[in-house]
Amino acid sequence: MSLILFIEQLLNGIQFGIMLFLMSAGLTLIFGVMGLINLAHGSFYMIGAFAAAIVAGLTGSFWLALIASLFAAAISGVLIEILIIRRLYRRDHLDQVLATFALILLLSEGVRWLFGAFPLYLNIPSSLDGSIVLPFNIIYSKYRMFIILIGIIIAIGLYLLISKTRLGIRIRAGQNDRQMISALGVDISKLYTIVFAIGAALAGFAGAMIGAIQSVEVGMGEPVLILAFVVIIIGGIGSIKGAFIGSILVGVTDTLGRIFLPNFLKLFMDTANATSMGSSIGSMLIYILMASILLIKPSGLFGKNEK
Amino acid sequence: MNKSTIIFGAVLLMTSTFANADDHKVKVGMITTLSGGGSGLGIDVRDGFMLAVKNNKNIDVIIKDDQRKPDIAVQLADKMIQSDKVDVLTGIIFSNLAMAVVPATVNQGKFYLSPNAGPSALAGKGCHKNYFNVAWQNDNLHEAAGGYANSAGFKNSFILAPNYPAGKDALTGYKRFFKGKLAGEIYTKLGQKDYAAEIAQIRASGADSIFFFLPGGMGIGFMKQFSQSGIKLPVIGPAFSFDQGILKAVGDAALGVKNTSQWSKDIDNAANKKFVNDFKSTYGRLPSLYASQGYDTGKLLISAMSKAKITDADKFRNELRKADFASTRGNFKFSKNHHPIQDIYVREVIKEGKTLTNKIVSVGLKDHSNVYVSKCKM
Repeated sequence: MSLILFIEQLLNGIQFGIMLFLMSAGLTLIFGVMGLINLAHGSFYMIGAFAAAIVAGLTGSFWLALIASLFAAAISGVLIEILIIRRLYRRDHLDQVLATFALILLLSEGVRWLFGAFPLYLNIPSSLDGSIVLPFNIIYSKYRMFIILIGIIIAIGLYLLISKTRLGIRIRAGQNDRQMISALGVDISKLYTIVFAIGAALAGFAGAMIGAIQSVEVGMGEPVLILAFVVIIIGGIGSIKGAFIGSILVGVTDTLGRIFLPNFLKLFMDTANATSMGSSIGSMLIYILMASILLIKPSGLFGKNEK
Repeated sequence: MNKSTIIFGAVLLMTSTFANADDHKVKVGMITTLSGGGSGLGIDVRDGFMLAVKNNKNIDVIIKDDQRKPDIAVQLADKMIQSDKVDVLTGIIFSNLAMAVVPATVNQGKFYLSPNAGPSALAGKGCHKNYFNVAWQNDNLHEAAGGYANSAGFKNSFILAPNYPAGKDALTGYKRFFKGKLAGEIYTKLGQKDYAAEIAQIRASGADSIFFFLPGGMGIGFMKQFSQSGIKLPVIGPAFSFDQGILKAVGDAALGVKNTSQWSKDIDNAANKKFVNDFKSTYGRLPSLYASQGYDTGKLLISAMSKAKITDADKFRNELRKADFASTRGNFKFSKNHHPIQDIYVREVIKEGKTLTNKIVSVGLKDHSNVYVSKCKM
């Protein structure tokens, strides 16, 4: 196993983590600020990807498609928040889980009804096709490098938004004490709508970016959603910083685990068993990681301590 | 239970006996995947089957969605057998669902005609006189891919498939026929969409060819990312990642890929031409191999119905065994364990105008049966 291959896999892990971050940032914000468990978050990922595929098909421009994904997800986020989600904040978590699960079914069937059961086509722009050569002769996909850069820019942007702007102050205040900030005259329901839209837009954007290298199909968001929940539990619910570090941890652990475990096991057993067993354990690794972090820090890496 | 429910039950029973009185009629229960991941396959099988039986007044079809969940498939099968009184079940796409439904169905004396799933367990020891597979035994297309790799002169293949029974069957099937060495062998997570890590391994492995079995959306992701990576190695796979429903989503990344299939829209025979034309004019899209399997299943059923009554199970079974119908695949026979003996073709992905589709380049395996025949005691 050469060092170059290791670094390439490390980059793959980071890229996977960045994508998870876009999903989990919104999820953790929504949970932190509104106390809402939103299972339908994966649907915005799907909506973003479908909007991008449609716009790319009509205009031929990937960049317009990316912008469309942001808007489509944000607008549907606002609509869904006003029509449905708003009624759930005061309800208990079981009601929220049931209602947002119903939303998954409605949105998936709605998208299938509109666009059919077959996957849509969305590809990366030709300017990002191919690979670049990094220092030490590491060959890496341009598009994946682009995802990493965009993800870091968004992470910095979110950090500045939360720590330096008035909206950020309100969001943080909302996380700490909901009743108090509404008593101080902040329009809490508008704040909630904005936070929900930001979360939805980030998920939709991730869907479009990833849809271009994977597939745009109904139900594409749910597997990612499960990982996003793992991330916010590891990072500590409500913490953007936790979501970022958790995402990278999960991404790198998953990628390196599934590649290096089978190779490691080959030292002890024959190839067929090692590959099959290695990949089985590899897919459990992130959950083992989650369990061990929860053992040491029950509220996650950056979570507020439970009372 | 009070008296009125008993009477109600008795009336129900009587009406259902009356409904079955006309023994020229056959009631078909179709359990297939119509929602969620993999629904494209079920929709094609359904449409192909319905096209075949469209003008036949003696066939009643009940169609239900299994949502790709074994427990739901079992419930549907129980309901269809017990309350709908179907004679024949068909439709299941995925092997794990077939394993949950087929044994119980055939043990209750019903026929099961598989339009897709062909797990090795139902071909070998678990074979049954009432179970017929009209598509293939799971290993077949992968075996043909291994055979093709030999004839193309590949010596060092990198192979990958998802870590589940059909994935293991796939790699086993390939290795059974491939004579070269393996540069690497990877089992991926089922449902995995991102293959950056695997592609990096392939790049570093020094392989001269790649064989992969990644059905549905998994294959779309792999082909796109592989083509974006700039690695120029020949790729071989079974038709499952290159069928008509998927090619559109893969795009030009699939061009030139060799894939193995028992069916292709350019197989030159009258039945196939009629099927392709009828399918296009009825549904407004090109048929896939799944649609052809559904269609052949329908035609097989009609061929047996024209010679025997379903109430005479032994005679009906014998007529099914003869497979006396014009298959879209041309030559089609059943082996002793009721799986097809057929040609497996090597196809290449090409562009016809703006549409991506497949064209036959050679016959991979002629009159190919399966290795489990000897294990089947029937």
